[in-house]
Amino acid sequence: MTWDQMQELMWPATWETLGMVGIAGLATLVIGLPIGLLLVLTDRDGLLQNLAVSRVLGAIVNVGRSIPFVILIVAVIPLTRAIAGTTLGWQAASVPLAVGAIPFFARLVETSVREVDGGLVEALKSMGAGTGTIVRKTLLPEALPSLVASATTTVIALIGYSAMAGTVGGGGLGDLAIRYGYQRFETGFMWVIVAELVVIVTVLQLLGDFAARRLSHRGDYRSPLSFFRSAGEKPKDAEEDLLSSY
Amino acid sequence: MITTKGLTKVYRSQGREVRALDDVDLHVRQGEVFGVVGTSGAGKSTLVRCVNLLERPTAGTVTVDGVELTALSGSEQRAGRELRAARQRIGMVFQHFNLLSSRTVQQNVELPLEITGLDRRERRRKAAELLDLVGLADKARSYPSQLSGGQKQRVGIARALAGDPKVLLSDEATSALDPETTRSILKLLRELNQQLGLTVLLITHEMEVIKSVCDSAALMRGGRVVETGQLTDLLSDGHSRIARDLFPLGDFGTGGPDRTVLEITFQGDAPAQPFVSQLARTYQIDINILGAAVETIAGRLVGRMRVELPGSHTDNVVPIGYLRQQGLQVDVLDLSNGAAA
Repeated sequence: MTWDQMQELMWPATWETLGMVGIAGLATLVIGLPIGLLLVLTDRDGLLQNLAVSRVLGAIVNVGRSIPFVILIVAVIPLTRAIAGTTLGWQAASVPLAVGAIPFFARLVETSVREVDGGLVEALKSMGAGTGTIVRKTLLPEALPSLVASATTTVIALIGYSAMAGTVGGGGLGDLAIRYGYQRFETGFMWVIVAELVVIVTVLQLLGDFAARRLSHRGDYRSPLSFFRSAGEKPKDAEEDLLSSY
Repeated sequence: MITTKGLTKVYRSQGREVRALDDVDLHVRQGEVFGVVGTSGAGKSTLVRCVNLLERPTAGTVTVDGVELTALSGSEQRAGRELRAARQRIGMVFQHFNLLSSRTVQQNVELPLEITGLDRRERRRKAAELLDLVGLADKARSYPSQLSGGQKQRVGIARALAGDPKVLLSDEATSALDPETTRSILKLLRELNQQLGLTVLLITHEMEVIKSVCDSAALMRGGRVVETGQLTDLLSDGHSRIARDLFPLGDFGTGGPDRTVLEITFQGDAPAQPFVSQLARTYQIDINILGAAVETIAGRLVGRMRVELPGSHTDNVVPIGYLRQQGLQVDVLDLSNGAAA
């Protein structure tokens, strides 16, 4: 297989992958965020305490997270047809991808929002703020760096899932790697695709880290990639804090 | 300004009941700094949170500036509109500051004003004014993580004052700070109290805080207020536990058949008189000083001295009468229990 042949196959597949991950990612953020928030708010001692809603929501999320993705793809076919009008192609693959990622992201949102210091909520209450104001002015802004990190993790997980979407006619890079690299023994081509996926994942992680760090004014954000950086290097925020405290 | 009647808070968990507040009656007058002191677990934190209903009392009423807050609707999690409006007129500062890390100092101070719906220009002007008042005008654009503990608490105070409150609640505001910073924060609270006529209800576990800023105090123990009053009154009451704690003179020296131990308390300009040597000269007796302390409390010079006179109580009736004539408060320490009789 020549480099030209590879490129001819790779570029369309790359766009398919980015397309389905993009659409599914967007849908996941828009739907997963309120679900994650509701999980926190309706829980015991939450601002909107409602144990019935909390339990039902928690159960749905747990079921969503336990179903193996390949099975989920088949299970949501009626939904896929209703939304995308077809069950083939990358547009159709976005539907099961979003359905799979929403509960995953909702749990991450829940954890991020729970990490916001309860004292801040109390401070807002003491100023006479209502629930909506507390969510808008404290919970979301204070959790934002962590939410951005969660979104990064979710989008990267979606890229992994998208390989499986390929097996049911969704296309994309994962599908290409399986069909050519695995089934046709084009090992070289497979490694090229894997390398491309590594580049995409790394770039996304770096972008996510950069955004999270810029948004965090606490100087305590640690990237999962920081392991690869030199040990002596200090995070930028910590340095700034040190300087300004003199 | 703040009145609580029969305030009771009971926590129930796993079938057990904990009575955090037990029938607490408190009255904080307008324009005073009122301190509630007690060991941890005495219920003082619950008390201050019940005042703005961050916690709903199980029984009893809270009235702040003529509004009975306990009559307003809302649960512990969700306050009704009237209660939220009432809270906007009550400032609160916290032990751990509770500043938003995602906002600059100025934006933190503007936060309560955003809630009251003030427009942007007004918010900026007001925040700048408040930061100037607490001495942090140059830190407006910093983030809380770049500030020291004392500076953070100054921001907390500026934020609490943003809604022009008449009442400021302070929940252990200086407990996370070192002694020197504590003093500067207390000084600031005192200045605000005097300049703005702010009524301050603070809770603390440090007698030092009561001593340096409070006009009145209450001592809490096991969810009950065991003693309350103006400091100047408490100090002239020989039985006051608060007064005793303000002046720890040690436990040594009680009277006996051949000696009498007196506790002499003086306020205002009484120490100007050399009463010890006057007493010694007039009655030709030897006076042994066991302990003494002079402090400025509630802006007044107050001192307490423990002295030993030879002879029993009945032998010393005349010298004691002489001291009382000088305007001094004299308590004779009893042999049996060591308490002032």
